[in-house]
Amino acid sequence: MRLFGHKPTTLAWVGLAIIGVFSAIAIFAPLLAPHEEGAVVSDTWAAASGSFWLGTDNIGRDMVSRLIYGARMTIGVALACTILSFIIGTTLGLLAAVGGTLLDQVLSRIVDVMLSIPLLVFALMILSMFGPSIPTLVITIAILDSTRVFRLARAVAVNLVVRDYVEAARLRGEGLWWLMRREILPNALPPMISEFGLRFCFNFLFVAGLSFLGLGIQPPYADWGGMVRENGRAISFGITAPLWPAIAISIVTIGVNLVVDWILSINARPSGASAEM
Amino acid sequence: MAESVLAIRNLRVESITGTVLVDDVSLDLKPGEVLGLIGESGAGKSTIGLAAMVYARAGCKITAGTVEIKGDSARTLNMEGRRELRGRRIAYVAQSAAASFNPAHCIMDQVCEMPIQHGLMKKAAAQAWAVELFRSLELPNPETFGARYPHQVSGGQLQRAMAAMAISCRPDIVVFDEPTTALDVTTQIEVLALIKKLIKEYRTAALYISHDLAVVAQGAERVRVLRGGKMVELGTTGQILLQPQNEYSRALVADRKESDKLAVASMAQREAIVLEVSGAVGMYGSFAAVKNVALTVAHGETLAVVGESGSGKSSLARLIVGLLPRSAGTVTFRGRVLSPALKARTKEDLRKLQFIYQQPDVALNPRQTVGEIIGRPVQFYFDRSPADVAKRVAELLKQVDLPLDYAQRLSTALSGGQKQRVCIARALAAEPELIICDEPTSALDQLVADGILKLLKRLQDELGIAYLFITHDLGIVRRIAHRTAAMLRGEIVAEGATATVFSAPLHPYTERLLASVPEVRADWLDEILARRA
Amino acid sequence: MLRIIATRVVLGILTLLAVSILIFAATEILPGDVASAVLGQGATPETLRVFRKELGLDRPAHVRYAEWFTGAIQGDFGKALTNKRDILTSVTPRLKNTLFLAGYAALIAVPLSVALGILAAINEGKLADRLANIISLATISVPEFFIAYLLILFLAVKLRYFPSLSTVFADMPFAKKLHVTALPAVTLTMLVAAHMLRMTRSSVLSIMSQPYIEMAFLKGLSRSRVVLTHALPNAAAPIITVIALNLAYLIVGVVVIEVVFVYPGIGQFMVDGVSKRDLPVVQACGLIFASAFITLNTVADVLSILVNPRLRHPI
Repeated sequence: MRLFGHKPTTLAWVGLAIIGVFSAIAIFAPLLAPHEEGAVVSDTWAAASGSFWLGTDNIGRDMVSRLIYGARMTIGVALACTILSFIIGTTLGLLAAVGGTLLDQVLSRIVDVMLSIPLLVFALMILSMFGPSIPTLVITIAILDSTRVFRLARAVAVNLVVRDYVEAARLRGEGLWWLMRREILPNALPPMISEFGLRFCFNFLFVAGLSFLGLGIQPPYADWGGMVRENGRAISFGITAPLWPAIAISIVTIGVNLVVDWILSINARPSGASAEM
Repeated sequence: MAESVLAIRNLRVESITGTVLVDDVSLDLKPGEVLGLIGESGAGKSTIGLAAMVYARAGCKITAGTVEIKGDSARTLNMEGRRELRGRRIAYVAQSAAASFNPAHCIMDQVCEMPIQHGLMKKAAAQAWAVELFRSLELPNPETFGARYPHQVSGGQLQRAMAAMAISCRPDIVVFDEPTTALDVTTQIEVLALIKKLIKEYRTAALYISHDLAVVAQGAERVRVLRGGKMVELGTTGQILLQPQNEYSRALVADRKESDKLAVASMAQREAIVLEVSGAVGMYGSFAAVKNVALTVAHGETLAVVGESGSGKSSLARLIVGLLPRSAGTVTFRGRVLSPALKARTKEDLRKLQFIYQQPDVALNPRQTVGEIIGRPVQFYFDRSPADVAKRVAELLKQVDLPLDYAQRLSTALSGGQKQRVCIARALAAEPELIICDEPTSALDQLVADGILKLLKRLQDELGIAYLFITHDLGIVRRIAHRTAAMLRGEIVAEGATATVFSAPLHPYTERLLASVPEVRADWLDEILARRA
Repeated sequence: MLRIIATRVVLGILTLLAVSILIFAATEILPGDVASAVLGQGATPETLRVFRKELGLDRPAHVRYAEWFTGAIQGDFGKALTNKRDILTSVTPRLKNTLFLAGYAALIAVPLSVALGILAAINEGKLADRLANIISLATISVPEFFIAYLLILFLAVKLRYFPSLSTVFADMPFAKKLHVTALPAVTLTMLVAAHMLRMTRSSVLSIMSQPYIEMAFLKGLSRSRVVLTHALPNAAAPIITVIALNLAYLIVGVVVIEVVFVYPGIGQFMVDGVSKRDLPVVQACGLIFASAFITLNTVADVLSILVNPRLRHPI
């Protein structure tokens, strides 16, 4: 099979498989989970057994079921953030590149200022005012993350705007909309695809981190970052409960990164370091 | 073949994906001999040059054949042995000196590096030697020249410094890889002369790689013609120039000679004036790229604007189409004064004035099919139905000699010459009265460029289109221009019928330009130099 | 060149100013205002009024901004809403702790990852490079708390080499402090080192594909000489940027790590402030983090200018 006109490497296949499996888990969570999301079914931190494959959590809920429901919430929120962030960032980035110096200057300076505050710090400040709720979380992360997308989209588009074929379209008398949609966007997409994967990983880890700090997705919803937080104390007793959701987070991110790495390597050309000496 | 300093036998170089770049190439280089390697892009010239140093670029591999330097087999050497060889016994002069000098070190350190690292000289001796080399290459202030950084000196000087670097270990062989291609014609001639002098003075053998037969002819005793990584013909320079045996070599030589004679007489009657520029000034910030320029182009006429890089000829083209706002003067097109700004021009004005770019590779949207690219102006300017657009696209493809099924292909699947034909078809689609051609053939191989020039000429005869043809190549001017304007530092210094501009009394600048264009005979450079002295 | 540097420094100061306005303005876009947000739904109009007065919310925004900012640059961040303590006295020791931890991690991470990154680049495509690539990819894919818990589980709980909580106090002996903070420092190091290694590798590789590197090989120079004298001087600017970027990343990464190890630093202080909705504390911490971030970036840019041969030797 070929993807983007190339044959995936073994590592890329592993990544694709991981993405596939976890997407399926997220979509079919209620069908797959042996227990209800919030049902207390046993003692606190019960050991793994036939009925609870990974044991139970800090108030006796089934770890596997929580992980399955958590996939839905954690991946869903991160995906929503990334999609929204790309819509905002790409639109504004292309506009800045095509729409003239003034617009570009205004947008770029705003983004510069926003980027000079660390993302986590910025998010914490906003969440401290609005309080954590899923819509606030998604919008906050999407807006903050869109600054990075804006930077890339603008950089890519600025490179494309000076291409002769865009100039040829301008000489023909084409309008702004045509230039953006037909001449620039199709050529800007390839570098944006790998960026989408990277931004997803980043947002995914970020949402998990916020939830871990108690400022992201709130109980009673199961989410992986929050599950680590709830079970964190167990580690001092040598109980592995907080590691399972952390492992789940890691596997998903590694999976996406493997695919992104492969996409990036398609475009990379060998450097002088590997020439025959 | 013991007397050869370099003997390559049955060389084969492949890319890691399996494409054969050089196939079954052999060559011999006698001591002190200059061998020219000539061919168009993709002929494998540079690959062979590098393979002579048992070096292959990243992604390539020498897969077969032998390389012997003074009888020693070089391919069997280990890393250490190859290092001993490079620079010490065979040195390299690259095409772009600006990119091949390390920006972080001064020139002296880079020139002295080889003798010091190869253990031939101590630092002080190497520096004195470098100064001597700078002097023999006629670099300004040879004592202090080395203290400068690469970005502080001109391209021509840097290229000479690289020649000094190559000769610094007194190697048996120097590989010159298109050493003058990146330079202006007037600079090229100086560098060419100095390289020739250097080779003679230090009695080194040289492999001289170029795409330009005329350049190779000035120094090489023998010429090897290559095509697509394969050997085509080997002969003495005189024989290749006068009696090429192979069909391909014949085409190359014939085409190059065609540029030497005037082909187009000026028009008897210049009927309607299509474009009139007067008093035009164009500024980049505070720098005036175009100063008080006036010119006219008549219906069905070709006006060539010639000049070296930086002379403002491209800026003039951009000023006329409205990409560079003019700060003074007028541009009158078909009797109407055009607005300085592109946005304020009418659709009809835009349609009648089309533009063809230098680099067909970047002038076509890689995500659009040829049909979309050519069809868009038809649809945009004439608002035709999809069926009519398709019909017109087919017509246009036929006009530029491209197969009809190319309409479905992406532009990236085409060769350089085919891309330029698509660009021409796109311009024709607007049914223009004037096409501005900004060096449309300079990125193309010689024979491909020839095809494009013939096409443009035919279209002019058929459709009566006028061209404003920007170029640095006087050969092209002679072949296609009714009238010529020579540009220097933003101003037009000579203008008139091509025959007049090229005949006495010449403007000093035109004379210098004319004298610098290499001609396809072996004694041209010596003649010019003798005349100058 | 001095002018370029001066411009860059002024730009940094302007950015800081703009950031301070943004931080302040962020508290102004609340639905309602700070007082009702802090007191919540149950507040009576009377308590709200008193609280507003106490916060000075009855005065115009630009006046309050001017007061807040002039206070902040002199170190006066006001008082915390929740416990009424002076913010500066709470922040100072915590900031010191955070800087200690970040410095600890940076001292290990920077030399290690830059060296490994260069090595990976030189051996591009070979086993060592591919191994470094996979390990670093895995490390950056893993959330920081995962590494932290793994280290706690094995090194603290099972092997008992280090304490699982990093409790430090002012007069702790230095060696003891190093021991207690070893786990958070190692966690941070792994995190930042992976990023830095990958970025160093790719910036060295982009230099290695330049024509002057090929020229250096064709001059018959040894591989190590090509890398050390031809590639590295040109890779300096990108590597400096990489380091600055990652130190900035380290400052932020510290927040989560401090929470995991219950380390009394400014990150944990800010998270506490956020969960208690103590806005003056959040603002103060935000401004401190942002200043550190901007300073690092400015210093990196100035250093990049200093090592650029084109600017060092103008025509």
